[in-house]
Amino acid sequence: MPKVQGKRRPRGVRSSIALKILMAVTGLLLVGFLYVHMIGNLKIFFGAETFDHYAHWLRTIGTPLLPQDWYLWIQRAVLTFAVIGHITAAVILARRAGKARPVKYAHRPKVQGSYAARTMRWGGVIVLLFIIYHILDLTTGTLNPNGKPGEVYANVAADFAPSRWYVTLFYTLSIVAVGFHLRHGLWSAARTLGQQRPHGEKIARAVALVLSVVLVVGYLSVPFAVLIGLVD
Amino acid sequence: MTFWNEGDAIADQAAPDGPIETRWERRKFEAKLVNPANRRKLSVIVIGTGLAGGSAAATLAEAGYKVRSYCYQDSPRRAHSIAAQGGINAAKNYRNDGDSTYRLFYDTVKGGDFRARESNVYRLAEVSANIIDQCVAQGVPFAREYGGLLDNRSFGGTQVSRTFYARGQTGQQLLLGAYQAMERQIGLGNIEMFARHEMLELVIVDGKARGVVVRDLVTGEISTDLADAVVLASGGYGNVFFLSTNAMGCNVTASWRAHRKGALFANPCYTQIHPTCIPESGSHQSKLTLMSESLRNDGRVWVPKVGTDKRAPGDIPEDERDYYLERIYPSFGNLVPRDIASRAAKNVCDEGRGVGPGGLGVYLDFADAIERLGQPAVEAKYGNLFEMYQRITGDDPYETPMRIYPAVHYTMGGLWVDYDLQSTIPGLFVVGEANFSDHGANRLGASALMQGLADGYFVLPYTLANYLASSSHDTISPDHEQVVAARRQVEERLEKLLSINGDRTVDSFHRELGHIMWEYCGMERTEEGLSKAISLIRGLREEFWTRVKVPGTGEQLNQNLEKAGRVADFLELGELMCIDALHRGESAGGHFRAESQTPDGEALRHDDEFSYVGAWEFTGTGQAPTLHKEQLEFEYVHPSTRSYK
Amino acid sequence: MDIQVRVWRQAGPSDKGKMVTYDVKDISPDASFLEMLDVLNENLILSGDEPVAFDHDCREGICGACGMMINGVAHGPEKATTTCQLHMRHFNDGDTIDVEPWRAAPFPVIKDLVVNRGAFDRIIQAGGYITAPTGTAPEAHSTPVPKPDADLAFEAATCIGCGACVAACPNGSSMLFTAAKVAHLGLMPQGQPERATRVVDMLEAQDDAGFGGCTNMGECTTVCPKGIPLTLIGRLNADYRKSVRGN
Repeated sequence: MPKVQGKRRPRGVRSSIALKILMAVTGLLLVGFLYVHMIGNLKIFFGAETFDHYAHWLRTIGTPLLPQDWYLWIQRAVLTFAVIGHITAAVILARRAGKARPVKYAHRPKVQGSYAARTMRWGGVIVLLFIIYHILDLTTGTLNPNGKPGEVYANVAADFAPSRWYVTLFYTLSIVAVGFHLRHGLWSAARTLGQQRPHGEKIARAVALVLSVVLVVGYLSVPFAVLIGLVD
Repeated sequence: MTFWNEGDAIADQAAPDGPIETRWERRKFEAKLVNPANRRKLSVIVIGTGLAGGSAAATLAEAGYKVRSYCYQDSPRRAHSIAAQGGINAAKNYRNDGDSTYRLFYDTVKGGDFRARESNVYRLAEVSANIIDQCVAQGVPFAREYGGLLDNRSFGGTQVSRTFYARGQTGQQLLLGAYQAMERQIGLGNIEMFARHEMLELVIVDGKARGVVVRDLVTGEISTDLADAVVLASGGYGNVFFLSTNAMGCNVTASWRAHRKGALFANPCYTQIHPTCIPESGSHQSKLTLMSESLRNDGRVWVPKVGTDKRAPGDIPEDERDYYLERIYPSFGNLVPRDIASRAAKNVCDEGRGVGPGGLGVYLDFADAIERLGQPAVEAKYGNLFEMYQRITGDDPYETPMRIYPAVHYTMGGLWVDYDLQSTIPGLFVVGEANFSDHGANRLGASALMQGLADGYFVLPYTLANYLASSSHDTISPDHEQVVAARRQVEERLEKLLSINGDRTVDSFHRELGHIMWEYCGMERTEEGLSKAISLIRGLREEFWTRVKVPGTGEQLNQNLEKAGRVADFLELGELMCIDALHRGESAGGHFRAESQTPDGEALRHDDEFSYVGAWEFTGTGQAPTLHKEQLEFEYVHPSTRSYK
Repeated sequence: MDIQVRVWRQAGPSDKGKMVTYDVKDISPDASFLEMLDVLNENLILSGDEPVAFDHDCREGICGACGMMINGVAHGPEKATTTCQLHMRHFNDGDTIDVEPWRAAPFPVIKDLVVNRGAFDRIIQAGGYITAPTGTAPEAHSTPVPKPDADLAFEAATCIGCGACVAACPNGSSMLFTAAKVAHLGLMPQGQPERATRVVDMLEAQDDAGFGGCTNMGECTTVCPKGIPLTLIGRLNADYRKSVRGN
């Protein structure tokens, strides 16, 4: 197939398609982070010492080139920008979509596409609320019953103690929401970045499903391990 | 009672003579040109955006003229050319099977039953190859072979493969090509497009066509548009039959308004009736759907031997079926030309042997083909057609035979034009199906698309320039009395239609007119029937103007008001069609007169008496029209009898 | 069969509009959906009411004029079928059927079920063509087109511009329409010189018209009467990316 020739300067990042590309790229970045984060989480199964050591190591990445904690702050800054970019684009697009249909249908059956596809926007809001809680819980420790910096293993164990079943429930629901969000989001990102062959679509959908499931299982293994006493 | 008067003979003054191969070349060279700087000062109105109108508007705008284009649809892309299925002919000879410009010319003149002009047809064949080049350059996705080159197929009435196609949607793809070229010019500001606008009157000033009166179908606003020339590309008039394969909105109004203002109407009785349409299923029926003629390649047409046989088709044993086409035409069998297949179907139904509701249908049976080729092969060839049939009828053609019946499909007649496509009104050009020019008494398959695009892309741009260059064009004031009068006529007519407030709907009149036309001016016509039809139509017309009920007002989107105006014109056209059919006491192409047949029931032409174009002059509603004959000369293709036995 | 229809009635662009219920009796199951509306209209006219305005023309599924939401589904319950090709046999005696116009800001209602789809024409104007003025064409066989490209281009080109994709899209996006044209022309060698500008210009026209953005839900392709595949949107996205990056 011939290549696209020439170059055309588009109107800028405010075009719908540029916003979608921004969502796709930031989304993929965030998924990448989630995977790294998940691998880190799973170290909890190697015991408190290893886990706490790992948590400490995160603060030393880049040293001695960078001072202590600098890498972590750079990563946080990048992630924050990605989240803000992702959400801003989503809000602009959602508002445009709303404006594009000022009068609603009187009779409208459910969207025929997947559950994941039609819950992207509300799912996204749930995920955002979870992230805020999660940072207050396990990063700053503000909402954590143990809440001692450096005692990461203990903090996690305290968090998901059987008596705090509602936290585990919220955590579970949020992670499932992330899973749904990714199941459509990953495939959608592939499409937005140009996936176009029918066979590739099947692969993209399968990969999105597998990555989402692995992620959900990986993340949920920790609280449930605490719950059943595998981690205490 | 005289239904018509005979007037002076007419001749095509623009027609060149000399060797036919160089006529168009010479005409183009002799044609005057308009300096590019002057073109933008000249404006042209184009009515209709089908293949002819769309291609003409785009080409004229590319040349630099100011074009204003009108269509009644909500977008120029929806003109009914879009529904053409089969393909487009062109003398490319890519198959190396002996095709040539001359052969396409020959086939078309013969296929038209020797009632078309040789010069016009030769030009059509000559530019046919350019059309394919042009369309390919525009990106029309024609069917291709694995080598990447264009594919061809064969079509009825010819022995070469010269039909280019895009699956069953050739018309759509060609129209989108023209539409996109047009949209590009609209974007550049060279065409001003008025969708949802209908032309309701022609404006003539000092004997020249100088504009139109249009109604904005959304607001109801009536306005006049003045220009240096007017091009009608408003299509055919098959909807006079109410049920036809035409789109619901197809109408004769633009042509008829021009006819009433002095443009001659030629050969109105030549209508093409297509044999393979899905039959009527009840009184609710609003239109008929055509299925590609290609089905007859493998389907066998039959009816029960006795009319009283009401068994399901599968229960009727082989020896109690009448494969009548194979019986009557052993050498061509199911592949006889359209007119013959249609008439044969009518005959068996008239004998009471028709099948399905109302007895108006014959079986098209694929059982043999399925047995011989296997269902997958049949599916590969005709799958989409079978699906369409099933969608409409609810029957599965793999299980039970299809039912088909002929339906009106195309009208060869139209406004009379000379070689330059100019009507008898100077400055009024007519292109595509709206004119009468190239198909004679019968059109070959895949030739309509060819003609529409030939006229619009390659003929009109030269001949219109010649007109624009050779006549002066003073600016006309919108207050000119002729302009005001034309507008007043439109307003009065609409007011009249809205004020009758009778007790019958527009559709009920249209339906009744359709019945009369189909019964007496359809596949078989007789002197007695036509005379009767004329008086029935006159009565119906009178009733229309006293009993029609048009709801709503003129200042809004009023689809019934639109329809009422169109049906009113059909009620006048129908009479002229019957008069033309009555006067033409021979059978030719799409016109079969029962009085003129061979002993074994085939069409019989009378070249000594009727080798002319019948061009009619309007003399007043209900008045006997005047017939002007344009004698046809055949220097190259000598008239012979068609036989398919 | 007897049915009830609840139809959106709106006298003009600025009228508020509402759903109105009508009984339609004794309809043949072989009638098309539009023929059922014809019967309703004949009755309305004779009883002194205004008939329901709706767009329609060819009634054989190719012109793209007809289109309405039938029980909330663009073109009704049958797959790959335009409203004019939908037949009453797919409904049951006694059904109540809701009929609404396409709803999208770029498709304002003109009257009842009739909407203005001029925005589609404007998208085409922006770049949905190959610049090939009449008379400039080279011999048709001078540029072979690989059959798979030609076939896919044809599939994309079968779009009838009916607007069902927009009507069904939860975002009111016309992405499938635009993608179909971008793919059709972009797959042909003739379409290459303008390929980069075309996609960007058409997308800008789409935004300007007020269509929403695509979220790859796939509602459009589900209701598309011609089954235009969703993969073409990926193709458009890839073309856009390449156009902007310039390779």
